[in-house]
Amino acid sequence: MRLALAFERPDNIELALEALREPAFQVLAGGTDVFPALGQGQLPCAFLDVTGIAGLGDITRRNGATRIGAAATWTDIVKAKLPAAFDGLKVAAREVGSLQIQNAGTLAGNLCNASPAADGVPPLLALGARVEVASAARGTRVLAVSDFIQGVRRTALAADELVTAIVVPDQPGGSRSAFEKLGSRRYLVISICMTAANILMDAQGRIAQARVAVGACSAVAQRLPALEADLIGRRLDDVTVHVDHLSPLSPIDDVRGSGAYRLDAVQEQCKRAIQRAGTV
Amino acid sequence: MNQHFPSTAISFELNGAEVSAPAIPGQRLSALLREGLNARDVKIGCDAGDCGACTVLVDGAPVCACLMAAHQAEGRQVETLAGLCDSDPHAKSLTQSFQDHGAAQCGICTPGMMVSAVALLRETPTPTTAQVQDALGGVLCRCTGYRKILDAVTQAPAIAKQGDGALGTSIPRLDGLPKVLGQELFGDDVAPPACLEILIIRSPFARAAFCLGDLEALVETAGLEAVLTAADVPGKNLFGVIPQFVDQPVFAERETRFRGEAVAALIARPEIIAAFDPADFPVTWTELPAAHDMPFAQSAAAAQLHDGRSGNVMCGGFVTCGAPDKRLAEADVTVEGHFRSGFVEHAYIEPEAGFAQMVDGRVEVYACTQAPVMDLESLETILGIDASRIRIVPTAVGGGFGSKLDISVQPYLALGAMKTGKPVRLCYTRTESMQSSTKRHPSDIRLKIGADTHGKICGFDFKGDFDTGAYASWGPTVANRVPVHASGPYAIADYRAESRGIHTNNPPAGAFRGFGVPQSAIAQECLFDDLAEKLGMDALEFRIVNALENGVPTVCGQVFNQGVGIKACLEALRPAWHSERAAADGFNAKTATLRRGVGLAAGWYGCGNTSLPNPSTIKSGIRADGRVVLHQGAMDIGQGANTVIAQIFATALGVSVQSIALVGADTDVTPDAGKTSASRQTFVSGNAARLSGAALRARILEKINVAEDASLVIEDGKIIATDGAGQHVLDVSGLPADADGFVFRAEETYDPPTKPLDENGQGSPYAQFGYAAHLVVIEVDTAFGSVKPIRFVAAHDVGQAINPMLVEGQVHGGIAQGLGMALMEEYIPGRTENLHDYLIPTIGDVPPIETILIEEPDEHGPYGAKGLGEHVLIPTAPAILNAIKHATGARMCEVPATPCRVRAAILKGAS
Repeated sequence: MRLALAFERPDNIELALEALREPAFQVLAGGTDVFPALGQGQLPCAFLDVTGIAGLGDITRRNGATRIGAAATWTDIVKAKLPAAFDGLKVAAREVGSLQIQNAGTLAGNLCNASPAADGVPPLLALGARVEVASAARGTRVLAVSDFIQGVRRTALAADELVTAIVVPDQPGGSRSAFEKLGSRRYLVISICMTAANILMDAQGRIAQARVAVGACSAVAQRLPALEADLIGRRLDDVTVHVDHLSPLSPIDDVRGSGAYRLDAVQEQCKRAIQRAGTV
Repeated sequence: MNQHFPSTAISFELNGAEVSAPAIPGQRLSALLREGLNARDVKIGCDAGDCGACTVLVDGAPVCACLMAAHQAEGRQVETLAGLCDSDPHAKSLTQSFQDHGAAQCGICTPGMMVSAVALLRETPTPTTAQVQDALGGVLCRCTGYRKILDAVTQAPAIAKQGDGALGTSIPRLDGLPKVLGQELFGDDVAPPACLEILIIRSPFARAAFCLGDLEALVETAGLEAVLTAADVPGKNLFGVIPQFVDQPVFAERETRFRGEAVAALIARPEIIAAFDPADFPVTWTELPAAHDMPFAQSAAAAQLHDGRSGNVMCGGFVTCGAPDKRLAEADVTVEGHFRSGFVEHAYIEPEAGFAQMVDGRVEVYACTQAPVMDLESLETILGIDASRIRIVPTAVGGGFGSKLDISVQPYLALGAMKTGKPVRLCYTRTESMQSSTKRHPSDIRLKIGADTHGKICGFDFKGDFDTGAYASWGPTVANRVPVHASGPYAIADYRAESRGIHTNNPPAGAFRGFGVPQSAIAQECLFDDLAEKLGMDALEFRIVNALENGVPTVCGQVFNQGVGIKACLEALRPAWHSERAAADGFNAKTATLRRGVGLAAGWYGCGNTSLPNPSTIKSGIRADGRVVLHQGAMDIGQGANTVIAQIFATALGVSVQSIALVGADTDVTPDAGKTSASRQTFVSGNAARLSGAALRARILEKINVAEDASLVIEDGKIIATDGAGQHVLDVSGLPADADGFVFRAEETYDPPTKPLDENGQGSPYAQFGYAAHLVVIEVDTAFGSVKPIRFVAAHDVGQAINPMLVEGQVHGGIAQGLGMALMEEYIPGRTENLHDYLIPTIGDVPPIETILIEEPDEHGPYGAKGLGEHVLIPTAPAILNAIKHATGARMCEVPATPCRVRAAILKGAS
């Protein structure tokens, strides 16, 4: 039996990191994952609300990268002026939960929650995004998204660390993206599977660069390197996705669909995402 | 600086006023608003962001107040519905348009809907339907089917008109205003602040033996007021809804029979309840082998759940006529199928909730319910006290659909108030509600139907097993109703239908809109399509050929010489059937991956109890101040009984509905109008209201001595009667008043005429049936197996629409539930115990619905009216499955037809 004893709302990052030297803190931003996970009588000892930290919700572009602050909400992403390569991420942001969820929930929180069905992860993988984390003791480090999320509900974040930003390196000019989500209803739905694709077409209408990532078909969303390699040089109407391309995936059976169904559906989903991304 | 909040007061702007209230760290904003600041217009449906009922605006942006820490509101602007209605022009306009469209039924989602809509309208004053869907996609509604809400927000022309409420006119709901102002008080809205709370300890296993530890020590160490267990039940530790099947304990004794069953209840101050970890409750569990499905439950390996129910068979139902086996053997063509469905959760947005208090030695229970008098009777047994010492005062009900017929929080509240002598309060969490409330029965149905070359049905053989879960609840009713209805609204001379209810260690299955008929209709209506196909007949014409008619016996041998409206319903679909089939063929000629399909199905439903007494009593009177008072005891759970019963009464009395004051259900003052179930309120309570109004009128006319056709106006303490002889004025203020304050009174009862069923199910089970036929256009993305409904056309024979807008509201809401059952809803204990794993349709999932009203009057109905509440979802699921078959060739025999299952069926068909 316990009640939370404290609620800290620092206005700068240093104070936040100082607070995290105490292991008792539950980091809180939009609360869209934190609150539903609280069981009866299961309040943490203390909350560290990061939404008051000056600048943490900013989305900025400098030094060859776009920096999405850890407190930036899905709505912030939807409203931000970003290149076409971020369109897939924006679609994902619009498809997360509902407007209420998008107005509160953060992309960084989506990564920290590390659900296999996190809608934010495939678009970030397709963008080659990195995660910036900081601690009072060891300063800042930057990890690839694929290194940050380590398993179901498991990340590389140490107890005293805070995600400070998601950093997306500038994409080649002309690169575009798409996001496809499959669910059993229109809104407020956890994905059965989802695919993000970032594509660069050459002047001849052939695929010059491709990143394709699939979520909800493995413990952690995966890129599909064999498919990406196979796409190079192809026209959009010549895109075919084989089961061999899907070898990084290991979908499970759950209430939303069977593993076999996911493998089947995701082939078509990859194709649609690639074609949509490549089509002007 | 570092803001630190050790349970101190936080301050913010609430609806334009600076407020300050103490908050515990981590307390949700929703809780602070409701409990700390009395903003009970903020409703809580899930505490997980899944339903959106608690939507508020924070600095103008809609968010779920349940997902925001109260401390995060510090210094910000928070707006709720009640505040918006005071000051915001968009909110004011929405309060009108929601009423004009009947966009609020039960009203529990209305604050979330309206607050979300205000945020949209501030940015986009004239939104498109798609923009409204995006903006309101985060708020779930279980009653309306959303289309009326879309119309209200897009400011479509008003449907309702203020008026005298004459029969057949769409006046706005008489109880509508509080719902759109955030003033309606539901089960969790009536307890006094800081009231003691109850926390129920539940079984984590489907079946387990258990041993309670030292509860006295727990009371001491945890600072509890009391702990309740089976030992604290002074009467019988049993409840149930059917006298021969009362089998469910308030608290399990020694062994639990389903996951979520109660074993104890803690009573304490709110802050102690909030902090109590159930792991600290002293109980030792021993998990036992459980029956999770019907085949295992009937095997030798399964334990018996209840004595005297051998093989875990609770009971069965049976109807037969003619020579089904012989005729099936003679049939020119036959089809057969095996159909299955899972548990369906009612998923009303208001979890079970209420409060109780002791007043002058009596216990008063305020809770959401569909059946106040049944609640009282159950408590009489459980508490072991005389009924005169119990008062049930229903609150507004935030959706029921059958599950709030059974008691839920009531015994814990009553026991808690009696034990502590203090007011106590209980609101189920969403997970508790889903674990412990009743469900729609899973079904396993085998059906064979024959026909001759002319397309006439020739033999029908139905066997259905229904998983009734751990306790009987309304399972016997399902077992009885299904064989009577499994024929559908057709003339079938050679028929056999057998049903059984099977106990498992699943949650109790009970009443859910249709009592098993939606499940049996899936089998029958799907096979009708297959039979028509095999015969090379048009599916609609095949149904019309076989449709029941006046003078033709039902499968129970009951002959209705009037009022059989199914043929008219089917014929009304003919234009859409032809145009939509042609349009789908045209669409499909152009694409391979996306396929459109058109499907139809029909249904019927007998109104009221099956061959059992089913009375309603309505009391009315005129007070000495000239006020007309209607004691309207038929629970309005969103369907509109408060309005419809009043319209019927006003018509019979001959006055404007606007001159009537309603007094609601309350076992101290309002007679029993029966339960809100079985589509009986318009029919049965409507008749009682008609009789009450007519009797009151007769007494007035006699007193004034005017002609029977005199017109009445009752105002300003006077009754003005006008007949051929002129105007007569009676000043009622001088008349002697009775104990109720009435100078004229009438109390009338109506009980529908039925006859018992014999051993072959032959008899007159219902005084009336209502009829329905639905057509749906769907689009299947064949690569994914995902099904998107595009349009519904729904024809309903309602005899006489008392209020057409409310009829449409029922049709829309029923279709949304049928759509959910067809495509997405399946409750699996331990896996879909919340509203993000258990999916119900959102505002983006229900397509436009065209409602066609057929009015084939019924001789027993009040002014010809028939019941409607359950008819509205019976044809929906089979219509969708038939459309999937049309689109893809794949016959779905199991619901929900999830993308995974539809894709598998398509692949199987292709191979």
